[in-house]
Amino acid sequence: MSNLKGRNLISITDFNKEEYLQILDIAEGFEKNPKQPILNDKVVATLFFEPSTRTRLSFESAANQLGARVIGFSNPAATSASKGESLHDTITMVSSYSDLIVMRNPIEGSSRYASEVASVPVINAGDGANQHPTQCMLDLYSIRKTQGTLDNLQIALVGDLKYGRTVHSLVQAMCNFNATFHLVSPTELKLPSSVKMSIKEAGLKYYQYTDIKDIIGVADIIYMTRVQRERFPDLMEYERVKDSCILTADILKGCKENMRILHPLPRVNEITTDVDATPYAYYFQQAQNGVYVRQALMSAILGVR
Amino acid sequence: MKKELVVSAIENGTVIDHIPSNAVYQVIRLLGLEKYEDEVLIGTNLKSEKLLRKGIIKIKNKYFTNQEINKIALVAPAATLIKIENYEVIDKREVEIPDHIENFVKCMNPKCVTNNEVVPTRFNVVDKSDLKLRCHYCEKITTKETMRFTE
Repeated sequence: MSNLKGRNLISITDFNKEEYLQILDIAEGFEKNPKQPILNDKVVATLFFEPSTRTRLSFESAANQLGARVIGFSNPAATSASKGESLHDTITMVSSYSDLIVMRNPIEGSSRYASEVASVPVINAGDGANQHPTQCMLDLYSIRKTQGTLDNLQIALVGDLKYGRTVHSLVQAMCNFNATFHLVSPTELKLPSSVKMSIKEAGLKYYQYTDIKDIIGVADIIYMTRVQRERFPDLMEYERVKDSCILTADILKGCKENMRILHPLPRVNEITTDVDATPYAYYFQQAQNGVYVRQALMSAILGVR
Repeated sequence: MKKELVVSAIENGTVIDHIPSNAVYQVIRLLGLEKYEDEVLIGTNLKSEKLLRKGIIKIKNKYFTNQEINKIALVAPAATLIKIENYEVIDKREVEIPDHIENFVKCMNPKCVTNNEVVPTRFNVVDKSDLKLRCHYCEKITTKETMRFTE
């Protein structure tokens, strides 16, 4: 078993397969018993340089349930960053006030840089369009929980596969588990070739589709993402393709019994609300799993699990 | 008929040969030769068998470390480096694209931390034949087409 004490988590590739599984096992323990005062001598700093609802609240809830004190900000306008303080100086200062830093920042690569400056470990809670590894860890947790395994699954990824950072990280992580990938997106929003390359390098297969109906019968997991209108230079084109990636209760007829739907949230209209009442909807439990996974990450990195 | 040197020989120093003609001035900038105070002889658009037209730079009384010289491999991958002492060639080798590049290439991603804070750039070279550099920070790929050098 690896010792994760003092490690940073910036990119999903910073951890290996055994370390993913180790974190998921620890998270299972927290799901059974989430309130444990094991971090009551620790201070966790949550630095949110851009708005976030789920990620910030779930980190803070996770830390609070383990007894840690939480300091930080969710509005950089109220900090000295707005006075022009460099990230270097902010991180150096916060390192001396806390045992662990959780940071979200729209500047890409800022978390990696923060981890090089900080004297305490850093967890990346999203750096622009680059990485959001704790989302990926909770996706893995949700997949394993609903399927009983991470191995040999048929994973369908639907929607904006070009810009969706959660999709890219999930593909990279699932390449460790012999997955087969079914990629459903408008032509404009296909998975980037660099990510397809990692599937090929792992010796795995992927199939591409433009209509969600084509994968309903094969998928064990349908991972939905939002197709944003802003991604289309031509609105007519958006109107033409927008329904091809919408999941409705009607379309779900004929899916596998074990199939579950995941979504990193917020959902807009890509999953119609009639799906929520079906046994296949798992996205709200998925968000809840974020607390257990973040408890596992914080306690492993702080060396108490 | 005796071949005549277009750019005259140097007694001691370095000759960089087989530079693509359009990269000569970039090589000068990358090596900081604008500020070098001894003699620098520059030839460009010279006929070449290896390249159709080549550039050559001779730098008097100057030798380079591998790290310094490998920078130029990014713009002149076929360049040859020749060390001269007493008008004799004492070492000749081709430049090599290094595995890691620090400081002198800019990341192509305007949202990268290296373009928004005072952070030196760092890249891992992921493809040497079709030059691709992955940013250590934002993980985006900078290619030959998107490559710019820091001032």
